Amino acid sequence: MAELDTSGGGKKGGKIRSKKASTRIDLTAMVDLAFLLITFFIMATTLAKPKAMDTIWPDKSKKDQQLPVPETRTMTILLGSNDQLEWYVGPMGSQTTKDNYGKNGIRKAIIENSKKIEESHAGPNNFMIVLVKAGPKATYKNFVNVMDELNITNVKSSGVVDITPQELGLLTREGLN
Amino acid sequence: MSRIKIPRKSTAIDMTAMCDVAFLLLTFFILTAKLKQEDPLQVDTPAATTKIIFPDIDVATITVGKGKVFFGMEGKDVRVMTLEAMGQKYNQTFSNEEKAKFSQIPTFGVPMGALKQFISLNEDQKKTYAQPGIQIDTTSNSELSNWILEARKSDASLRNKSLRIAIKGDSKQLYPEVKKVIDILQKQGINKFSLITSLKDSK
Repeated sequence: MAELDTSGGGKKGGKIRSKKASTRIDLTAMVDLAFLLITFFIMATTLAKPKAMDTIWPDKSKKDQQLPVPETRTMTILLGSNDQLEWYVGPMGSQTTKDNYGKNGIRKAIIENSKKIEESHAGPNNFMIVLVKAGPKATYKNFVNVMDELNITNVKSSGVVDITPQELGLLTREGLN
Repeated sequence: MSRIKIPRKSTAIDMTAMCDVAFLLLTFFILTAKLKQEDPLQVDTPAATTKIIFPDIDVATITVGKGKVFFGMEGKDVRVMTLEAMGQKYNQTFSNEEKAKFSQIPTFGVPMGALKQFISLNEDQKKTYAQPGIQIDTTSNSELSNWILEARKSDASLRNKSLRIAIKGDSKQLYPEVKKVIDILQKQGINKFSLITSLKDSK
């Protein structure tokens, strides 16, 4: 098997006999080289391509074209510090709930509120509108998390709005600012 | 008292199959992988469930992390043209050599005043050079705003496509810093842009 025949033909009786050389080549070196290159490519390259989340923001230049938002159909999410958030449904001053990010936190709240709002309002436009307002201590990760939850829960209408001083007060009250 | 003779086996193994596998893997890695680019500003992108793969053409990336903002464009021609336009705006002229060097830089974070000096550094010096980040403020005439504007113009004239803008933020970065960048984009009428995330499985 994997050996090269190096012994010469050898003369015997004057008749030159060409010996059949083995076609097997020692592949060890080649395998070594191949694995070396594989190692190099694994180390030097990025396999996981970055993913992108497309976001569409409200056009600020067209102030007069903004639709009035029925307050009873809104759910406002306030992003605070320490990876915590607060949300309330309806107009400013409603009962707020402190919550966390994740499956049992904000996702559950979004799904439940969406159902409640759809039941309590007459169609066809009875979907929930989510307003995301980030406080000054919220991190970028919190923001991306919320946007991701909105994608997961298929919220039809959502928007990112600047936080108001009253809402900042709400965050401070809960110790999230 | 005869000992059992164990037949001596050859230690040579048939390498053909192993060689096949090795080269198959090698081919796979060469074809699928993209060379890693050293980011001057290391950011840890937050995880999300989106599965849209970020394109690597006609994009400009704004990296936000540790309170600094870095800017990068794809495509050497776009980089050169943007640099020329920025030079005109800030009364700087760049030689062909400087343009060629600039076209090799994927991401940078130096103000216009220090850009010439930064370009002249060699690869190793660039890595150790503490880049202060691109200046941003709320006026529509900040350097970042101009970079974005010129990059969009260059891409539109060279490729006849609209430039995609992506924000690559660090997980721990406070939101107001990112909001500043978003405000700059919105001032230019860019209301649609991407946030770069890493993959997370939806639980």
